[in-house]
Amino acid sequence: MSTTTNYTPKTSTGRIAHFVDQRVGGSGIVKEFGRKIFPDHWSFMFGEVALYTFVLLLISGTFLTFFFDPSMAHVIYNGSYNPLRGIGMSAAYSSTLDISFDVRGGLFMRQVHHWSAILFVAAVSVHMLRVFFTGAFRKPRELNWVVGGVLLILAMAAGFTGYSLPDDLLSGNGLRIIDGVVKSIPLVGTYISLFLFGGEFPGTLIIPRLYSLHIMIVPAIILLMVGIHLFMVVVHKHTQYPGPGRTNDNVVGFPVGPVYAAKAGGFFFIVYGIVAAISGLLTINPVWNYGPYDPSPVSAGTQPDWYIGFVDGALRLMPGVLGNFSFEWNIPFPWGVNTLSLNVLIPALIPAGIMFTIMFAWPWIESWVTKDKREHHLLDRPRNAPFRTGMGVAGVVSYCVMWAAASSDLIATHFHVSLNDVTYWLRVLFILGPILGFVVARRIALSLQRKDREIVLHGRETGVIEMSPEGTFSERHADLDVYKLHQLVNYEDRKVIPAQPNAAGHISRSEKRRGALSKFFFEDRVAPVTPSELAALKAEHGHGPAEIEGSSTESIEK
Amino acid sequence: MGDHSHGSPDDSGTVAKAGTGTLDKFQDPGLPPHRKRLADTDPHAEKRAERQVALLFIISIIGTLSFFIAYFVLGRPENISEIRVQNAMLGLGTTFAMLGIGIGIVHWAKTLMPDHEISEMRHEITSEADRKDAEEIINQVIEETGIKRRPLIRNTLIGAIALAPIPAIFMFRDLDRTGKNAGEMVEQLRHTMWDKDVRLTRDPSGTPIKASDVQIGSVFHVIPEGLDEAEDVLNEKAKAVVLLMRLDPDKMHISAGREDWHYQGIVAYSKICTHVGCPVALYEQQTHHLLCPCHQSTFDLTQECKVIFGPAGRALPQLPIKVDANGFLVAQSDFHEPVGPSYWERG
Repeated sequence: MSTTTNYTPKTSTGRIAHFVDQRVGGSGIVKEFGRKIFPDHWSFMFGEVALYTFVLLLISGTFLTFFFDPSMAHVIYNGSYNPLRGIGMSAAYSSTLDISFDVRGGLFMRQVHHWSAILFVAAVSVHMLRVFFTGAFRKPRELNWVVGGVLLILAMAAGFTGYSLPDDLLSGNGLRIIDGVVKSIPLVGTYISLFLFGGEFPGTLIIPRLYSLHIMIVPAIILLMVGIHLFMVVVHKHTQYPGPGRTNDNVVGFPVGPVYAAKAGGFFFIVYGIVAAISGLLTINPVWNYGPYDPSPVSAGTQPDWYIGFVDGALRLMPGVLGNFSFEWNIPFPWGVNTLSLNVLIPALIPAGIMFTIMFAWPWIESWVTKDKREHHLLDRPRNAPFRTGMGVAGVVSYCVMWAAASSDLIATHFHVSLNDVTYWLRVLFILGPILGFVVARRIALSLQRKDREIVLHGRETGVIEMSPEGTFSERHADLDVYKLHQLVNYEDRKVIPAQPNAAGHISRSEKRRGALSKFFFEDRVAPVTPSELAALKAEHGHGPAEIEGSSTESIEK
Repeated sequence: MGDHSHGSPDDSGTVAKAGTGTLDKFQDPGLPPHRKRLADTDPHAEKRAERQVALLFIISIIGTLSFFIAYFVLGRPENISEIRVQNAMLGLGTTFAMLGIGIGIVHWAKTLMPDHEISEMRHEITSEADRKDAEEIINQVIEETGIKRRPLIRNTLIGAIALAPIPAIFMFRDLDRTGKNAGEMVEQLRHTMWDKDVRLTRDPSGTPIKASDVQIGSVFHVIPEGLDEAEDVLNEKAKAVVLLMRLDPDKMHISAGREDWHYQGIVAYSKICTHVGCPVALYEQQTHHLLCPCHQSTFDLTQECKVIFGPAGRALPQLPIKVDANGFLVAQSDFHEPVGPSYWERG
């Protein structure tokens, strides 16, 4: 452990670094990360938005804890909001009113917190869609995809626990619905509900309990998961879109210092600026209009925050009775009759359960069907993976139908149609929508691939109209430059891999299923143009497309 | 599609890695040549960009100052419209403060910092040799503990570890603060404040209701008399709220055993939805339907609140009522079944 050294720092930066490094190290980190390369693309920003809104949530949330009283003790409101003065309410609701009306900037901070939460879940969702549609979840990033999915669930949990805290009429009804859903769980549901609320609904304990979940446990797990998520991003290095010079073995982009750090750091302030503008100008969750929680009143047209909407919509879509058949079953057991509320249990668990299971398992499903165990660092353009794009759109459609169902009453009143008809149509769409979505999205992706082929084979349109001596008009096409051409021909050409026999010469059942899925996914495909194909086409025409800008054809003809 | 950046790949200054080349595939031309920005070639443009960045930072300073103006000059707002104004000004001050910094930095990075894309090779996450070493180390550690050779130790350890967390689960038993035993806990869901001769009173005033007050088409939101004196007002209210309406007795379908549960067409039904417990707050006078605003379960009042649409699986429970000596509406008894959402033990 010799400390003698020949290195003498010359600059003041060097002297500081020398001091720090000799004591705690750190030069290694700077060496590793100071010039690390990050690929740049606008679609990589969604993850950043998620991270930054989470930082805003921590900042604004900490401010709010200094003023919020998470207690359901009965108080008489005596603050400065006249319409509610003298009315009995919980301390939680009263202190929320105080934050809004008697703490300067308190309303602003509340709105920053709520808007950030809404944007946080939105950014996480859009980021996951980006990762899915570009195939960024493939090996070696499968586990990070799972961590991302866990983060989405945690984000919704954080949102819901926070939404309930002000103890206003709207959030109280939200809790009432949760109570009803929990009670529908067989065997243990009743007890879970009674334990959660510390007795019967609503009791006086749920707000402080949600508070400790909301400000400690959930954010701590989110922080841990974000740490793991970013650590894995560093380990894997970021994926990049395909393009000339970008391969599976390299990373092309800007170094962290200074360009990437400046852009990403600056972007935090932009996100905060936009959230501040929304929070300053647009009211969110005006709890003073709703009044304190009371089990009797409810206002029509109430909605949960958007990310809970799909579960609420599923609850609405499920029919409780069909004719004389009820989905609530009373089952006689030797010890007595027990009640199974399938009309609540099915919509609350099944759609979300299927969606999250497929989502979490998708990286392995895809690698199983394609027999692809290679590492992938180059992204797919969504059109170049029509099967995946179709599946993704099917998932999005089924989510959106449920989400729309959460506003079925507003759709009905807004468009002056019957509420029952809206529900019937949404039920039909819930079944057919994903299938249609898959077919249509895959067709569109295949068509876009065909268009790419067309452009490669016949050149790009120049906008120059020529008249032939015979008097016919045609548009002159020009060869693509090599970079553009490479963009359009360089993609993974996935083919059907029929079921293969194993070592014993036997084709297993699961292998047959895999073969069938492979056929379903890849039977229709558009192969990328090959150089020989292009050369053959040109030979057939006797000449290449007219050279307007020249100079780029040589490399194609090789 | 205005990509006219023709140039030989040799100019690109970065790695032009060829494709696999073995198959019939186009060669990777390498990164397109770097195109210089205006600020790279024109000193005036560079100076202009510098001034733009500085201007954006100055806008940020102004934004922060205007935040203080909103905070101190507007002071403590007196009413909701003043709060709106202050909130908007605080928000816009912060907006300019943040956007000035953010856009300024990004503009600086995009116009003045080097914009050469750099290519870097990826490394294997780990080497297979490391993996093999790790496997050996772990196997050696396991071997040295001798856990495989000593099943007695292993099995007792597994037993101890499996048992140890169970107290942590039982610790949560007292999350229920009522002190009731398991049977009583579930049993309390069956009962409400309603009982023989408890008066029906208006929510929230608590004034009793005379039969003559209830006209066809009107609806009363009802709580039991004495609710305010109850120990847990909200808990009791969450079970006991009732809707009171009057129908033409000829239009009512009445099932056996319920013939005397109404008084001259005045009927009382639980207001708590049998779906997941929202208050069934909407009454359509013309059709005599009750609609839950949360999930649109619809109940037909003329058919004893049978479900005719929506996700509820069961009719709303009916409260048997009568009129007392003074002409006030009173309950005959409690509900004959548990109100609200279904639960496993409901039976």
